[in-house]
Amino acid sequence: MTALHSQTLTELASGLKKGEFTSVELTQVLLDRIAAHDDKLNAFVTVTASAALATASRADAARVAGIGGALNGLPIIHKDIFCTRGIKTTCGSKMLENFVSPYDATVVQKLADAGAVVLGKSNMDEFAMGSSNETSYFGPVKNPWNPECSPGGSSGGSSASVAARFAPAATGTDTGGSIRQPAALTGTVGVKPTYGRVSRYGMIAFASSLDQAGVITRSSEDAARLLGVMAGFDERDSTSIDQPVPDYLASIGDSIKGLRVGIVRQHFDAGLEEQTGARVKEAIAVLESLGATTVEVDLPNLDMSVPTYYVVAPAECSSNLSRFDGVRFGYRADDAEDLLDLYCRSRGEGFGDEVKRRIMTGTYVLSAGYYDAYYLKAQQVRQLIADDFRKAFADVDLIAGPTTPSPAFKLGDKVDDPIQMYLNDIYTIGANLAGLPAMSVPCGLVDDLPVGLHLVGAHFNEETLLRCAHQYQQQTEWHKACPEAFK
Amino acid sequence: MSLDKDQVRHIAMLARLKLTDEEYAISVQKLSKIVDFVDQLSAADTTGVVPMAHPLDAAQRLRPDVVTESNERDRYQENAASVSAGLYLVPKVLE
Amino acid sequence: MSAAGSNSGWEVVIGLEIHAQLATTSKIFSASSTAYGAEPNTQANLVDLGYPGVLPVLNKEVVRMAALFGLAVNATVARRSVFARKNYFYPDLPKGYQISQLELPIVEHGEMFITDADGNEKRIGITRAHLEEDAGKSIHEGLDTSSGIDLNRAGTPLLEIVSEPDLRSAKEAVAYLKKIHTIVRYLGISDGNMQEGSFRCDANVSVRPMGQEELGTRAELKNLNSFRFIEKAINLEVERQIDRIEDGGTVVQETRLYDSDKDETRSMRSKEEANDYRYFPDPDLLPVEISDEYIEAVRESMPELPVAKQSRFVDEYGLKIDDAEILTASRALADYYEAVVEATGATAQIAANWVIGDLAGALNREGKDIGESNISAADLAGLVSRIHDNTISGKIAKQVFEAMWDGEGPADEIIAAKGLKQITDSSAIEAVVDTVIADNPEQVAEYKAGKDKLIGFFVGKVMQETKGQANPGQVNQILKDKLSS
Repeated sequence: MTALHSQTLTELASGLKKGEFTSVELTQVLLDRIAAHDDKLNAFVTVTASAALATASRADAARVAGIGGALNGLPIIHKDIFCTRGIKTTCGSKMLENFVSPYDATVVQKLADAGAVVLGKSNMDEFAMGSSNETSYFGPVKNPWNPECSPGGSSGGSSASVAARFAPAATGTDTGGSIRQPAALTGTVGVKPTYGRVSRYGMIAFASSLDQAGVITRSSEDAARLLGVMAGFDERDSTSIDQPVPDYLASIGDSIKGLRVGIVRQHFDAGLEEQTGARVKEAIAVLESLGATTVEVDLPNLDMSVPTYYVVAPAECSSNLSRFDGVRFGYRADDAEDLLDLYCRSRGEGFGDEVKRRIMTGTYVLSAGYYDAYYLKAQQVRQLIADDFRKAFADVDLIAGPTTPSPAFKLGDKVDDPIQMYLNDIYTIGANLAGLPAMSVPCGLVDDLPVGLHLVGAHFNEETLLRCAHQYQQQTEWHKACPEAFK
Repeated sequence: MSLDKDQVRHIAMLARLKLTDEEYAISVQKLSKIVDFVDQLSAADTTGVVPMAHPLDAAQRLRPDVVTESNERDRYQENAASVSAGLYLVPKVLE
Repeated sequence: MSAAGSNSGWEVVIGLEIHAQLATTSKIFSASSTAYGAEPNTQANLVDLGYPGVLPVLNKEVVRMAALFGLAVNATVARRSVFARKNYFYPDLPKGYQISQLELPIVEHGEMFITDADGNEKRIGITRAHLEEDAGKSIHEGLDTSSGIDLNRAGTPLLEIVSEPDLRSAKEAVAYLKKIHTIVRYLGISDGNMQEGSFRCDANVSVRPMGQEELGTRAELKNLNSFRFIEKAINLEVERQIDRIEDGGTVVQETRLYDSDKDETRSMRSKEEANDYRYFPDPDLLPVEISDEYIEAVRESMPELPVAKQSRFVDEYGLKIDDAEILTASRALADYYEAVVEATGATAQIAANWVIGDLAGALNREGKDIGESNISAADLAGLVSRIHDNTISGKIAKQVFEAMWDGEGPADEIIAAKGLKQITDSSAIEAVVDTVIADNPEQVAEYKAGKDKLIGFFVGKVMQETKGQANPGQVNQILKDKLSS
């Protein structure tokens, strides 16, 4: 039998069902791994060992009674952006260092109802603002493939955990690439569903019109399994879409023969590291070998996506983060002289540099005299970008390309240059601006560091993405590659 | 177009952020870079383009006018730094 | 100093922003109760508190209420309206932004008619009415160096009704405000309670030399929480502005607070600094879309409005127009009146006299609303019927009314218990008349000599003898007959 920590969610589900091991045994194995190795990665903010074992024990009883849910007894990790009742939810910030949520996010609730066992809360860039996990108040997460490198961000703790076999799956959130970029840089699968597919209720907001919850796993099949539970309408989220959730697992085994795969010329321009580009092309060749046809598509406004994002996202964040004022929750500065001092110091001391920078950028682009030139203009360009995708999807079923311009970069390398950091999301941001489903699939190594194949689908077409990725994974072994130190 | 120190001070005040002198210096430099970067947008031809506020073309759903919440004040106030007699406390607000 | 009311040479320009709290059960974006007067923060849930991760979902009722208002004031009800965030920091604003509407409000281009000083009908434009959430409350009393924040009111739905600057005096402003106040209560979309803050008003006031086209610089008056204060505050502000300009100064654009204790307005500079609300469409809420069918359904449900009701009262009940206006001032009063009429039959004017007269007087005396009347419409109808069928005289009826008000029971019981039934038996009255004539020969002689006025003396005597219970008409007739024989 493969070691428990190396098994996928699907394999573990089968093992539990057959009684090969119990959820308590499995949970203990993973908790031991986390205890033994997380000091090398800093992937966790909170490990919920005793709660996890208690849940696992209930799951075991439920299984015996034949009443367990779809994920009964299966271990997962939550990004620390999801509110968890009775457990600290820090969002990677000093502002929420001691915040204990009085309620569960819908995603947390749904996974709990399905019987999932939560091992803990994963480290992340502060308020999900970052692409390297270096903005976390709790220190950077390290890449299991090379501890000198970033695991990507903002869901870096989730991606590192899944890559290091701390858990078979983790939740994440993606505003401009925060699931897919870390997945690519750690050799894991990351799925950002269609905007509105998964409830945002209880997910601490960064940029409300872009944020979407998703999953990080090792196989597309596992992602389909988890997503099927997380997705669906939520009456507490006005932007949640009331559409039935298909059974993603039902069609995952179907052939991709005849699938029209769009290749964006601009994706392979300057800016893409050569070896990374080569791995992606090889992956596309695999899809062709499976019967997919490639079609060249044009996204003429692609180069505008990063500047558009860096107006829209900060604008929304500047408003979303106004609620952190030291009064009802969160960090409160001591001995405030007056109300203004309380506000300015609580926020000035409670937020880190990148968060403050984004709040100020957002404040600026919305302020009198600049709104039209920046915010309104960005909303218009956003429309152009969405139109580009709309046109492209008239001819293709999905678009394939690189997830990131290069493999994982060294921690500290880009921290001083916000623009360089922002450009890391150049291929992923478009899907957020247009609200499209997208995923990253491991497709090879460059100098012993993983890179990812990026797939983007039409609205609510997660099924095609998951099927394509699954078929690819039937032909390749990249998703089974494990960093040497975590075998 | 870059930002100067006064603009950054004004923005920080609007955003209620207290910055140290050192943070101000760095902010002026980094925010200017970001603003210069997003200035690229001015090159896009957006004549007649409808601004896009939402990724999906959907309408607001309406909730029935029913009260389903009850008093959970004590639980909700556990996260507050300063409360008295059920009130959240702030330094005296002068009217 | 210019005396109030004599602002000769100056034209006053006023626009009002009215905040009407909508009479929903739950809040605009959350399922918390909107009930007034609860213990602090017991009606503030996670959404109202702006907890991390929570999201707003719009209350169906507020859309209906706004649409109803829009139709009632001949406005355009937007088929698509958008919520925006108004960003600013204040302790009573938990999220650091207020959800409101800016560019695409739900109601636009409405109108309301008032009667101006010359008695002419005047149109006041309603620029817009938009939906927004109310803020909480800061409490200062009893706390030393702190202010306390109560967020029970945070998230209560408001309809902000903005007028054109069409009002030309404090009186017009009050007349307009009263019209809006009446309308929202008629529609049942707001209780209009000014004391509890469910109907509030800010006034934008400016002055300009007569004949000048360009508007003067305006001041925004806040905290106007009664009709009386609004009139006083506007007049004070007008005087202040004219004095200032006449003294060679200028008016600055600012927010001023009316202090009813000191009877003055004063600048609120603290609120002025760096007002940059950075409005943008709220990404947590989608555009509100309303269909034509929906608008029609709302129109169908529209109750009869004051103007229509007033003319119906004149046509149907034959009331004087002034009486009809008073009776239709509130839907509750009009409903009460109609209930009285319905229960009494063909005595509409008598019923009107009693509702407007004694009943209104008694309510006023005790500071009560028609809904809190000691006498039900059915009971008042009982009294009116007894007047109508001559069981009691109007004078006796006043006595019965007071007894009813004091809770002594319905009219018939009181009349029976106190023996107040009117004497209509001619022979009984004749007997008393005969006695009176016999007892006052001197006056009889004078009367017969032509002193007609003495008839009152004889009537008085007869009424005295009958303790007021004789039918006055009959007494008069019998006296005249007997004295002229």
